Amino acid sequence: MTIPNVQIGPLDLVTVLPYLSLAIMFGIVLAVVPLLTWFERVVLGLFHDRPGPNRVGPRGILQPIADGIKLFFKEDILPTSVDRRIYYLAPVLALMPPLASCAVIPITELRIRMADGTIRTLPMVAADVNIGVLWVFGLAALQVYGIVLGGWSSNNKYSLLGGLRSSAQSISYELAMSLTIVTAVLMAGSLSLVEIVQAQSGGIFSWNILRWFPLGLIAAIVYGISMVAETNRAPFDLPEAESELVAGFQTEYSSMKFAVFFMSEYASMVVVSAMATVLWLGGWQAPAPGLTIIPGVVWFFGKIALIIFTYVWVRATLPRFRYDALMRFGWKRLFPVALAVLMLGAVVDAYYTSPTAKSAIPAKPERPKPNMMGAEGAG
Amino acid sequence: MILPVPTAHYMALSVLIFCCGAFGVATRRNPIVMLMCIELMLNAANLGFVALGRHFGDTGGQMLAIFVMAVAAGEVAIGLAIIVALFRTRETIDVDRVDSLRL
Amino acid sequence: MGSAIIFWILATIAVVTAAMTVLNRNPVRGALMLVAHMLTLAVMYLTLSAQFVAAVQVIVYAGAIMVLVLFTIMLLNLGVTGGGIRSRGAGFVLAVIGALTLTLAMVGGSVWRHGLAPMKATAESLERGGTAQAIGYALYDPELPWLFPFEVISLLLLSAIVGALVLTRRRSE
Repeated sequence: MTIPNVQIGPLDLVTVLPYLSLAIMFGIVLAVVPLLTWFERVVLGLFHDRPGPNRVGPRGILQPIADGIKLFFKEDILPTSVDRRIYYLAPVLALMPPLASCAVIPITELRIRMADGTIRTLPMVAADVNIGVLWVFGLAALQVYGIVLGGWSSNNKYSLLGGLRSSAQSISYELAMSLTIVTAVLMAGSLSLVEIVQAQSGGIFSWNILRWFPLGLIAAIVYGISMVAETNRAPFDLPEAESELVAGFQTEYSSMKFAVFFMSEYASMVVVSAMATVLWLGGWQAPAPGLTIIPGVVWFFGKIALIIFTYVWVRATLPRFRYDALMRFGWKRLFPVALAVLMLGAVVDAYYTSPTAKSAIPAKPERPKPNMMGAEGAG
Repeated sequence: MILPVPTAHYMALSVLIFCCGAFGVATRRNPIVMLMCIELMLNAANLGFVALGRHFGDTGGQMLAIFVMAVAAGEVAIGLAIIVALFRTRETIDVDRVDSLRL
Repeated sequence: MGSAIIFWILATIAVVTAAMTVLNRNPVRGALMLVAHMLTLAVMYLTLSAQFVAAVQVIVYAGAIMVLVLFTIMLLNLGVTGGGIRSRGAGFVLAVIGALTLTLAMVGGSVWRHGLAPMKATAESLERGGTAQAIGYALYDPELPWLFPFEVISLLLLSAIVGALVLTRRRSE
């Protein structure tokens, strides 16, 4: 499918593309949040064998709008003993990282016919930076501040406990998550998310999840588990466990500030699912060469929807972890497994990229000129 | 090659931040804040390393900055562990009151 | 010109947040200011074309170290009773004078008076010197002195882990 390089006002499509991609990704992440709350309720209803939302609009589809209106018009309560500035800042800090991550996640690849008839293949991404993975890493690490500070500034023991749990949990599961992401980076040989997806072209068997079988599969499963833990979703929703902590860090939040926390949770769900798609499920790539007739956008968002369905499925199926079990699982199971997979992956990678083996990965790129002081001092 | 911002400016900034940190270590009583001030000083040193690395077109400056970060991570882990242990045994972490080794 | 303006904005934020870290009575707010300071420095590393260091700065400092510090502050519940600046008397004045002297000595002695050695940066080193690739090749290059310290760092971190565990272990009676 080739698109002509249409003129939009004084600019052509190639110039506008990054901004367009950012707008689309931003719009999707924000607009999908209300839709997701509805989707989650319907799917939970199915699992629980009950009707689910069915009052507002057909099949309850207007329920999120009703919820939004309700939250908007609720009284915005400011508890007396909160640390006011941080209390206001916390929801913003929670929502910022998932939105900023959108900048590097590639949606699809477009073939654009230029004015002179040549065809250029361009990734649809706001910024194809060569440290895309690190950018997402860094923002994921900042994600925890919103919850921790929200819990602390509320000046409520349940909120504080929720914040404490959240920070400990996030530090613990980030390790396993990072190690599996490094495995994916090793498979693609690049830190750019676009190149990671491009390295997975050619059908389902070149996706990272089935690469270096079974290493890719194990790493993807570990990523999936820690992704659920990082977004504080059931069964890892201990920071907000309503039965023990009366909603944890959110207890003192009401009205739109609560809604922003809520949005940040769903937005980060979408973002980590998009990352999972890019890292393991081949991003916009079709599962078989014959299926490339369906545009990449459909594949990309279809895979994200599948992962989010799994999220809800897990929530409906598994009971919440006990806190010590959660920590033990993260440190004593997930982390060693991720480490082992990474080490084995490094061995496999060294084998494939060694000069004697035929390699799908491009050979060592030209070395950057080392005009360094160290070279003189080393001798 | 003319740089838009001379390296000397970065060095001066680094010195300023370093002195903020040194002042904090000298005057604050809370060991966690003192630890944060030490981080401030390490950060200042990092800025200097990276700026000088750029100045000489050398990767070494950035290398040192990365090593400093690794050491800082270890230092914070130990420092916080000491503070937690101190709090458990003494019920206070005011550094002026932890003086049982004083003559 | 543009980058000079960016430098001055970043420098102002960095100094203000650093000062706030030191002077804030409330440790949580101080920690928050320090996070802001570290993020500012990360942006500054980007302007110094050190992208990888910038990313590591965010991940390690802002993402791990400061979360750990905040965790400890909250765990010990030091939020409100942190204690401020030590004695306001002679010691305080002495510290201010000391810090100012140190600043003047370092700036004047090292940079302002003699200036720096001539620059050796090239357009290429400015453009490509800070990528993850360049860092990786330099770090694992056997001809450069970084490989051995890198290995030693792993031992250091391991001993830090063990040390932290031993220090905080509860004696089981």
